[in-house]
Amino acid sequence: MARQPDHPPPPPVVQWLAIRYAKRGRLRFTSHRDFARAFERALRRGGLPMGYSAGFTPHPKVSYLGAAPTGVASEAEYVEIGLAEARDPDDVRRDLDAALPPGLDILTIQAAAHRGLADRIDASYWRVELPNGEQPAVASAIERFLALETAPVDRLMKDGKRTVDTRAAVVGMAIARDGRSSDADAQWHGDNAPCAIIDMVVRHTTPAVRPDDVLTALRQAAALSTPVTPLVTRLAQGRLDEALPAPGELPRLADPLAPDAVATGLPPE
Amino acid sequence: MLPSVQKPIQYVGGELHATIKDWDLLPDDGTIRWALMYPDAYEVGLPNQGVQILYELLNERADTLAERTYSVWPDMEAVMRTHGIPQFTVDAHRPVRTFDVFGVSFSTELGYTNLLTALDLAGIAINASDRTDDDPIVIAGGHAAFNPEPIADFIDAAVLGDGEEAALRITDLVKQWKADGRPGGRNGLLNKLATDGVAYVPSLYDVDYLADGRIQRVTPNTVGVPWRVSKHTVMDLDQWPYPKKPLVPLAETVHERYSVEIFRGCTRGCRFCQAGMITRPVRERSITTIGDMVQGGIAATGFEEVGLLSLSSADHSEIGEIAKGLADRYDGENVSLSLPSTRVDAFNITLANELSRNGRRTGLTFAPEGGSERMRKVINKMVTEDDLIRTVATAYGNGWRQVKLYFMCGLPTETDDDVMQIADMAKRVIATGREAAGRKDIRCTISIGAFVPKPHTPFQWAAQLDWETVDKRLKALKAAVMNDKNYGKSIGIRYHDGRPSIIEGMLSRGDRRVGAVIRRVWEDGGRFDGWSEHFSFERWERASTEVFAGTPVSLDWFTTRERELAEVLPWDHLDSGLDKDWMWEDWQDAIREVEVDDCRWTPCYDCGVCPTMGTEIQVGPTGRQLLPLTPV
Repeated sequence: MARQPDHPPPPPVVQWLAIRYAKRGRLRFTSHRDFARAFERALRRGGLPMGYSAGFTPHPKVSYLGAAPTGVASEAEYVEIGLAEARDPDDVRRDLDAALPPGLDILTIQAAAHRGLADRIDASYWRVELPNGEQPAVASAIERFLALETAPVDRLMKDGKRTVDTRAAVVGMAIARDGRSSDADAQWHGDNAPCAIIDMVVRHTTPAVRPDDVLTALRQAAALSTPVTPLVTRLAQGRLDEALPAPGELPRLADPLAPDAVATGLPPE
Repeated sequence: MLPSVQKPIQYVGGELHATIKDWDLLPDDGTIRWALMYPDAYEVGLPNQGVQILYELLNERADTLAERTYSVWPDMEAVMRTHGIPQFTVDAHRPVRTFDVFGVSFSTELGYTNLLTALDLAGIAINASDRTDDDPIVIAGGHAAFNPEPIADFIDAAVLGDGEEAALRITDLVKQWKADGRPGGRNGLLNKLATDGVAYVPSLYDVDYLADGRIQRVTPNTVGVPWRVSKHTVMDLDQWPYPKKPLVPLAETVHERYSVEIFRGCTRGCRFCQAGMITRPVRERSITTIGDMVQGGIAATGFEEVGLLSLSSADHSEIGEIAKGLADRYDGENVSLSLPSTRVDAFNITLANELSRNGRRTGLTFAPEGGSERMRKVINKMVTEDDLIRTVATAYGNGWRQVKLYFMCGLPTETDDDVMQIADMAKRVIATGREAAGRKDIRCTISIGAFVPKPHTPFQWAAQLDWETVDKRLKALKAAVMNDKNYGKSIGIRYHDGRPSIIEGMLSRGDRRVGAVIRRVWEDGGRFDGWSEHFSFERWERASTEVFAGTPVSLDWFTTRERELAEVLPWDHLDSGLDKDWMWEDWQDAIREVEVDDCRWTPCYDCGVCPTMGTEIQVGPTGRQLLPLTPV
């Protein structure tokens, strides 16, 4: 017979909390593993009645949804936690936010009886800021990219080289009207000179097409030049609205925490 | 820039409890600014207790700011050189050169080349004599500072011993010097540090050599500078409950736990152990302060593990009460307690059972250090083989599945046979363990390091064993273990080759002439010498040969040569409190295989520390207990 832990099974999860958080400024260099460690410590510091898995090494009930790549900022990361006692989501939001370092910021929390965020997310809205980028050149690169049938890009993965079709994953791309960088962390990027800004909506695929894959395609297939490292931010995630967008607009994403509302890709206040 | 390097999170700071203060806390440049460095990668350096304690302590002062910096990996160094980015602090990303004091903590001598990288990247002249009034004062601390002679060319000062009071004293002296209009420039400040006695300033001492290469004498070259510089000893640890709010990193680091030092110092008297010799006497933190620190530390950090640190943690006079009290307090909360550095006796199993109450029983570690009874007498590690076997049997009988045993190879007077006895001991451990556990799936891992003689220990005169012999003995041992049909599969054996230890030996017992070798190795690309993938023995050997050509000294001269009582050792003018005659006696006792007791429980044997330093043993029991925590 398999050995059994000599402690009683943990109490069941009675409440799931779906959490949206941001990864800002220099903490955009936090990897998903770094975040997981920091988050689980914050749960402990915040004194939350976490649900635990059974077994020899009990783990707190936390499920992470696909994280933005290391180095990419985000206004729309999601995680779900299971509690053994119900709590007021507003209290949890306040306590957790206080327990995390500034730059990892809890934005909204919504309670649910079950977990289910993963079913409500299938695309991301990304904003790419190109310091010193020139609007006309960027606009023409976008046009050339969108006109392509396919835009394959090689990516080095752990198990070797893989080719992903960036064009198939991109469901919309446009140059943003406002051409000023949002990055306040000037230490790492020098001055805040005007820059070109690309907004794009990318479907979540396997293997994933990441914003830097799209940038590679823009460079390779559409002759975009990016002399300075671009600053990438995920502004929203959600379920893609299959209805065709109005001309000149990007496809819409349904807000996963309020499926009736629309995630516009604008940062929440 | 950062997206192109490995693990960028290590360079961005932003840890929980990191402190960023205004650059100007006081008007007229009255602020005292410290850049603190641990000269290794962030993942190793961040958890360092010494740096964290000083960081918190200095930042508590309204007139002082302290920031941290760590060694950058070669990929980052290349990017920084390309873009002209200087060595910076992780806290506010300020250039290290703009600080008043640059304090570097050395736990190991293998960090010396990393010091040179940091100085060079910072734009600070590598040689102290080339520095200007615009450069910070470079101060070395940590255990390696007890013989800073090999880096005497590169540092301005060294602090021996406990850093808490010394750092505050230096801050006061810098403050006064700045307020007085910086009289005498940087040399004026260094003079002040030296005459005060708070720090050792190598440039204020001249070293003369004999024709055969030995040191003739070390003399102060400036009036008012003391002949000998003493170590610092903090008394009453309850007055210094740091760190209170330890840094919680985002990046993964080597220790992810809240550590409390439960006492400082050790008088077990293991003759190889520099830490035990230079941190005397024993000063315990009381059970109630430990309880308060653990409570505050877990609340402040969210760590799941608490480490009760010291050089021999089970020796705390109230360790049983501490372990039980903490285990009771955190029963059912998934907080685990760990006790590194325990001695070999049955009491420790009870203790370990208590500590693992809230966690798993995986592995227990013991350090017999010597493979044979004879060897353990030489090093004064008072544990018999029967003791060890009894302890291990109890451990397996209590449900522990894995035991790790630490040994050293290359100890003074060691023979091939002494090392082979490690194999016999491991086999006995497994045989007894199978019987006690009633099952065969138990394991024993033996881990062996090459012995390096250290300054301020009774083995400071000993010849270091050449690496060829060390490697030969370890290979023979490994073969003896692996080829055993009954036990071979249950015993794991781990060791590194003996060559890095020879370099560590030269850096440990070297004098100022070794500085040129360090510089040559660094210029040749030497970095991160504590990491086997970066360390190159050939580079060190080549640099030593070139630098020492035509002189009476050599790599061998500094390592495998035995010293006589009459020889002036490079660190003789640095006072750890240990009486040199007592140490020589103890060295002779070692050769005669005579043991010496722990002075905590037996009369004083006149090692010299307490009377010289004006200190005393501070141990309990206090008779107090940890009360259960009641939710507020």
